[in-house]
Amino acid sequence: MDNGLPCSLLIASDGLDSALARMLEIIRVPETTVEVVSDSGEGAQKCGQIFGSVCAKMGNGAWTVEIIPAEIQPPPRTPAGGSGNRIRFGTEEITNWGDAANLVVAFNEQVLLGRIELDALAHDAIVLLENMWKTHADETIQKEWEGGLEKIRAAGYYKIVEVPMEEECLKIVDDARRGKNMFALGLLTCIYDRDVELVKAQIAHQFRKKGKDIYERNVELMELGYKWASKNLDFRIDVPTVRSDVPKVVMNGNEAIGMGAIAAGMQLCAMYPITPATSASHYLGEAYDKFGGVVHQAEDEIAAVGVAIGASYAGKVAFTITSGPGLSLKQEFIGLAVMLEVPLVVVDVQRGGPSTGLPTKAEQSDLMAAMFGQHGDAPHVVMAPATIEECFHIMVTARRIAETFRTTVIVLSDANLATGVQPFPRPKLDTRWLQTPLNLTPWPENKPPYDWDEQTGLSQRVIPGQPGGEFAATGLSHTSWSKVAYDPESHQQGCQMRSRKLAVLQQALQPPEIYGVDSGDLPVVGSGSPKGTIEEVVDRALAEYGDLLLVGWGSTKGAIEEAVDRARAEGLSVSSIHLSFLSPLPPGLEMIFCRFDRVMTVEINYSDEPDDPYISEENRRYSQLAFLLRAQTLVDVDCWSRVPGQPLRPGEILNAVRQRLRTGVMV
Amino acid sequence: MTHYGQSLLGCGMIDDRHFEMEDYQGTIARWCPGCGDHSILTAMQRLLEEEQLKPENTVFVSGIGCSSRFPHYMKTYGFHGLHGRALPVATGIKLERPELHLFVAMGDGDCCSIGASHWLHATRYNMDMLAVLLDNNMYGLTKGQTSPTTPQKFPSNTQPSGTYLRALNPISATLGVTNASFVAQTAEWIPPHLFETLKVAYRHKGFSFVRILQRCPVYTASIFEEAVRDPDLIELLIHDDGVWVKDLDQIYGHTFYHDPRDLNTARALAEPSDRLRLGIFYRNEDVPVYEEIRRLPSYTADERVRTLNQELDRYAV
Repeated sequence: MDNGLPCSLLIASDGLDSALARMLEIIRVPETTVEVVSDSGEGAQKCGQIFGSVCAKMGNGAWTVEIIPAEIQPPPRTPAGGSGNRIRFGTEEITNWGDAANLVVAFNEQVLLGRIELDALAHDAIVLLENMWKTHADETIQKEWEGGLEKIRAAGYYKIVEVPMEEECLKIVDDARRGKNMFALGLLTCIYDRDVELVKAQIAHQFRKKGKDIYERNVELMELGYKWASKNLDFRIDVPTVRSDVPKVVMNGNEAIGMGAIAAGMQLCAMYPITPATSASHYLGEAYDKFGGVVHQAEDEIAAVGVAIGASYAGKVAFTITSGPGLSLKQEFIGLAVMLEVPLVVVDVQRGGPSTGLPTKAEQSDLMAAMFGQHGDAPHVVMAPATIEECFHIMVTARRIAETFRTTVIVLSDANLATGVQPFPRPKLDTRWLQTPLNLTPWPENKPPYDWDEQTGLSQRVIPGQPGGEFAATGLSHTSWSKVAYDPESHQQGCQMRSRKLAVLQQALQPPEIYGVDSGDLPVVGSGSPKGTIEEVVDRALAEYGDLLLVGWGSTKGAIEEAVDRARAEGLSVSSIHLSFLSPLPPGLEMIFCRFDRVMTVEINYSDEPDDPYISEENRRYSQLAFLLRAQTLVDVDCWSRVPGQPLRPGEILNAVRQRLRTGVMV
Repeated sequence: MTHYGQSLLGCGMIDDRHFEMEDYQGTIARWCPGCGDHSILTAMQRLLEEEQLKPENTVFVSGIGCSSRFPHYMKTYGFHGLHGRALPVATGIKLERPELHLFVAMGDGDCCSIGASHWLHATRYNMDMLAVLLDNNMYGLTKGQTSPTTPQKFPSNTQPSGTYLRALNPISATLGVTNASFVAQTAEWIPPHLFETLKVAYRHKGFSFVRILQRCPVYTASIFEEAVRDPDLIELLIHDDGVWVKDLDQIYGHTFYHDPRDLNTARALAEPSDRLRLGIFYRNEDVPVYEEIRRLPSYTADERVRTLNQELDRYAV
């Protein structure tokens, strides 16, 4: 026990000769990254999901990311067809998927090569590799194996362990393709000394729609993997857990959005199937029955938003969930909702674009489309959750803003958050988040349906069923009485009133919190209500001027902040802010920017690099948030952005920081 | 003008308001003089009066086009939305507020062209609403372009040498959709038939689709001219369960006794013939309505929070 070997491991090792037990190398690390990767259909994702949830439930910080090919059944044994999961977990909170995997379980050498090509493995990673291909009846496959292993060995100093997964699984099942994932789960359970009962419970949850025999066979396979690992592997990895008194829940971003919608009292989700948004509606389709809600699968994306608007017009706040191509299709209706001042929540789980683009991969390139995709002037709110936890709470905020301001709120999530799993403090629910019963009291005489407050543009919502409130909502330019009006004054006033609401919301927002500041003892901007003017608050938070401020939005927060931590550890003067509101932008930005020599956004969308061919100061296309910030603040905001079809890694952000600070290349 | 006592309503007292036709009249209609839409508007206001629908519980949804100005001219709730997209909005309203009386007014461009997929699916959803297709065989508001229902060879601004394709038949099309539950055709120039058809359609529980042949004095006056002048070109579909107007057969001698439950005959009757057929082609009261299929028990806020807490338990670390 003095080597830190957890008890359960010793019990599980029962029967091993003591010599082997003594030879066990226990690697204790504060955090580690594991990947499980297989051909599609072999279930590596389920294995990874269960393992990630177990880690979180045991008290580790965790962040998981799905590795997804675009096709349901891509050709087997191809580098691009790999499907699986990355799980980064540690003693402390984990906020992003990290840089490279320390251990990989691969079901064939080709999918492993795919990961190596993407630079996903640490140079000293441990590789557990299915070796059935070595002696495969098909000589071509044998040759592929030999060639593949050569490449793998040349690519890094990996510790390669061949695992006879097929052979082992065939002891229990006829088709090992349907069993290896649970065998792999058993390997990981043993290596990381996971709580076996918890693993079993999670298997039961994952296969809750299947029969008991499926559960039992899966447990058997998991135990088989566990046994194999305890006999044959001479190392274990220990990632200590910390007890926390804060109750936590663990789920993926789309589940969090679905649950957040329920918590926000939204009882209608109108949608049309699209990746990667759809799984939120899968969750709701199952859960809504218990809450009296409906997932309406419409005939198309346009109808889906139309149904949501109809329901909201009728007095509820409905939402629609989509991804990029669907957002494009919904734009005309979103403009109508803004014009009619019907509260509406649109969730866009972003994927790579343009066009069909990268359907299963993360990108942040819908910001401009979300903000300006409607024709005419259609001011509305755009928000972005940065974590799984925020995916939950943003739905409550979105509904509240949509209703209070009679406007559209577009929530920009992305594929990274949608399928990523992270534990977070259990939300404390509040019945006030839910909608009160419809108010059908008579509408006062002589009160127009758009009873705009001249100062704020705000007005009370009138809904069908209220006697005396009858009016025809119209997408035509209209007066406060909703009368069609083409005269200059009416159109000017309508545009002004709809726009004014954003300014009112902006004034209610807090300046963003600054991450990584030199003045450790000073309050961080944004925590609690600011005392004094925004300038005074910024003054207090930033004692000294910094060299570089990173600005991000959405799912990149964890990676950016980790890069800031690492840069600061190297002595670089780097801080970051992360924006939840993109429209309106929060107050204080220009003031904060002016405290830094340089400001640079970090985003997953395309931008020209300053030293690219043909690129000049005049024609450089900036990343989307940078474009907005330059326009809004008149500060010379730089950007560093990539479109890798995957989340950004803290290491590459750090490299960009070092490079920018070293070369000083700023436009 | 009928008045209601606000305080009385608030106290849950009996609502004894009686509505006259003018109680349903919104702003003055701005359609062209001689436009068939005027007569449809009047018939609709008469229907609301006859049914004594509460204005506040009545919603007219429309798309874009001449006919889609309809909600502005009704003194009820109205939703004048996007071209072709009236039906999705109506679907959303009905899903959340099934108690509202819902009417949808669409033109032929709206319903049969840009919004055709919604028409097909709304038929399949079979939600309880009255959808009227104000079919003037032409795009009017955009000034005379061929629509899907423009007769072949009829010239338009986009097809000046004559419309190339045969016209789409909205009755056959609707009858071909699974779950079609009410399909009728009438003409605005025969107000009693128009009114009776709307009334029967309104009383049908489900998606009532009524195509109203409608003259456009500017662009398609000639299309219906002969049928307006010559009753011999009209054939009334009659049945005890159909539309019956007293003495109408005195003018329109051609009648056909058609049982609206007979789908096959309905489909045959929908095919083009020498005469315009008016009446109920098909009616089936047994098709389930979507808002009832999807209706769920309602839960209080406390109940929902309790259930959500149980849900969170499943995800607890």
